[in-house]
Amino acid sequence: MSKRLAECFTKLKTSGKKALIPYITAGDSNPSITVPLMHKMVEVGADIIELGIPFSDPMADGPTIQLACERALLHHTSLHDVIDMVVEFRKTDTTTPIILMGYLNPVEAMGYKQFAEAAAQAGIDGLLTVDLPPEEGEQLTSILKTNEIDPIFLLSPTTTPDRIQKIADAGSGYLYYVSLKGVTGSAALNVKEVAEKVAAIKTISSLPVGVGFGIKDADSASAIAAVSDGVIVGSAIVKIIENNPDDSDTILREIGELLASMRAAMD
Amino acid sequence: MSNVNNNGFDDSLANLDLSKIDWNSFPDDKGHFGIYGGRFAAETLMEAIEELEKAYYSLKDNADFQADYDNDLRHYVGRPSPLYHAERWSNELGGAQIYLKREDLNHTGAHKVNNTIGQALLAKHMGKPRIIAETGAGQHGVATATIAARLGLECVVYMGEVDVQRQAPNVYRMKLLGAEVRPVSSGSKTLKDALNEAMRDWVTNVDNTFYCIGTVAGPHPYPAMVRDFQTIIGREAKQQCLKQAGRLPDALIACIGGGSNAIGLFHEFLPDLEVDIYGVEAAGRGLQTGEHAAPLCTAKPGVLHGNRMYLMADKDGQVIEPHSISAGLDYPGVGPEHCFLKDTGRANYVAVTDDEAMQGFHALTRIEGIIPALESSHALAYAMKLAPTMSKDKIIIVNLSGRGDKDINTIAAREGVTL
Repeated sequence: MSKRLAECFTKLKTSGKKALIPYITAGDSNPSITVPLMHKMVEVGADIIELGIPFSDPMADGPTIQLACERALLHHTSLHDVIDMVVEFRKTDTTTPIILMGYLNPVEAMGYKQFAEAAAQAGIDGLLTVDLPPEEGEQLTSILKTNEIDPIFLLSPTTTPDRIQKIADAGSGYLYYVSLKGVTGSAALNVKEVAEKVAAIKTISSLPVGVGFGIKDADSASAIAAVSDGVIVGSAIVKIIENNPDDSDTILREIGELLASMRAAMD
Repeated sequence: MSNVNNNGFDDSLANLDLSKIDWNSFPDDKGHFGIYGGRFAAETLMEAIEELEKAYYSLKDNADFQADYDNDLRHYVGRPSPLYHAERWSNELGGAQIYLKREDLNHTGAHKVNNTIGQALLAKHMGKPRIIAETGAGQHGVATATIAARLGLECVVYMGEVDVQRQAPNVYRMKLLGAEVRPVSSGSKTLKDALNEAMRDWVTNVDNTFYCIGTVAGPHPYPAMVRDFQTIIGREAKQQCLKQAGRLPDALIACIGGGSNAIGLFHEFLPDLEVDIYGVEAAGRGLQTGEHAAPLCTAKPGVLHGNRMYLMADKDGQVIEPHSISAGLDYPGVGPEHCFLKDTGRANYVAVTDDEAMQGFHALTRIEGIIPALESSHALAYAMKLAPTMSKDKIIIVNLSGRGDKDINTIAAREGVTL
């Protein structure tokens, strides 16, 4: 596991807390807001940041993240730019783990090795490629691990125990459990089902389990935190950017308030 | 070598001895055609894809399933489709004899129905009451809506807003058949975006829904399964050519969007190395303009929609919005088996422009009295280039993959005619 992620989860465990993991798409609504927003999220209690790599065809995401990608791509935010943003972020924050999240093609276009080396240099701790299952990911996973970057994989409500084992073996850092069938930003979260599934995953793997999809507010964050190791919040945050694309102050304030309320409810 | 990648894959396909390749051994059990294909899907879809794979491979060689499928092809679709010697056109071009594989005469007017019948029968066996599809030109949507009507399945078709406009007659046909057509307004508002949206629907409704992909792309087993349902084209064409002309053809030509009609014709002939194979992509306004849909002629391998394939993308890996006059060819990627055939050198991939396709369209319409689809017109346009370079005793089979009724509005508008 990357040093920063390991330290992060150890610290959380010691203090009896759960990880608050916000997601934003890099470059949304414009590239200049991304780094200040990352710092703001840490300030109000984020433990880990998932930074989205904009992609033209985000098939597993709902309309909210798709629009975020489109806004970021209006500014031509590339994977190189995303890495540069982390370099900038690391100038003043050397401890908060940063996970890049996106689709395989931008990484494939840059080259696995080039990406992994640049990402390690920048202080990136993990990579989650939504459309790369472990079966297709042997080359990339091995190059990431060589560079001490955690390959992070998704688990879904329909993932069988055999596959959970396979995915847990291939992944490191943490496992991202998708809490419901559907795309990001979907509704209807069943906490009891999530609790059962997370417990089942924990009998197979010792990796921390973060839960995402459908967590919108303090109540859902608190409920999910109680049954997992971390709460991943994406669409609810991105929605604030969507509603105020040209108003950086409001974006920072409202996202700050949302995360602060989640933090308070989780602790 | 065109297949540039620096990610550690074995890409030595160009060195294979073509005479020793067992073409039916591809894809491998993980869906790979060399470095192409595979299953690049989100975990949320994995179980559904595995369920589909199991169902398909358990039924593929099942005699009852095959009998149902063959029966439908014969009595519902009207197969075998004729192999027609376009004698007057061949004479006019002054070279090789052109034979047209008349997929345009199938029920619903294109080759697409060969595949939708197979997949719909599979959906029924799997107990899925709802079938979804993406469509570009609308031919696959119509073919899906048609079989859904006949089998009593609920049907939702995703179609880019741009395509809804330019293929209005097919949109109405789908509605008449009882399908719901959902326009897609994201991205380039064409076929690739319709595919994205269909995948989102599938992942959300995976319990009761069967996703009927219309081309030889997508996560394994789609490229293999759709190919298997389309190879009837080549099997018939081979028999017909042997019977009518007494020998194998010298060349095959088919248009390529995702590549299903082309694989359908080509696959049976792959071991016959004396048969030259030409896949024709859409050069749109010209390959040099960048406004085209010709990944095999211009692009590098990338990953989209569940498989690795030649993919039109910029240097950052963002998918480029393609252009073609023909909605059915307007796709930035291409089925993995074609990528494999290109790298091995077994097939040649070329491109013709919108204007050239229009010439092919008019030639066939006026000289043979057959109105071809704009997609198929690309194959015809290439036949116009190739035939005159060959002697009169040579034979070319062109896959006339669809009829052009659906394109009348597009062509009239392009030629300044108000209907």
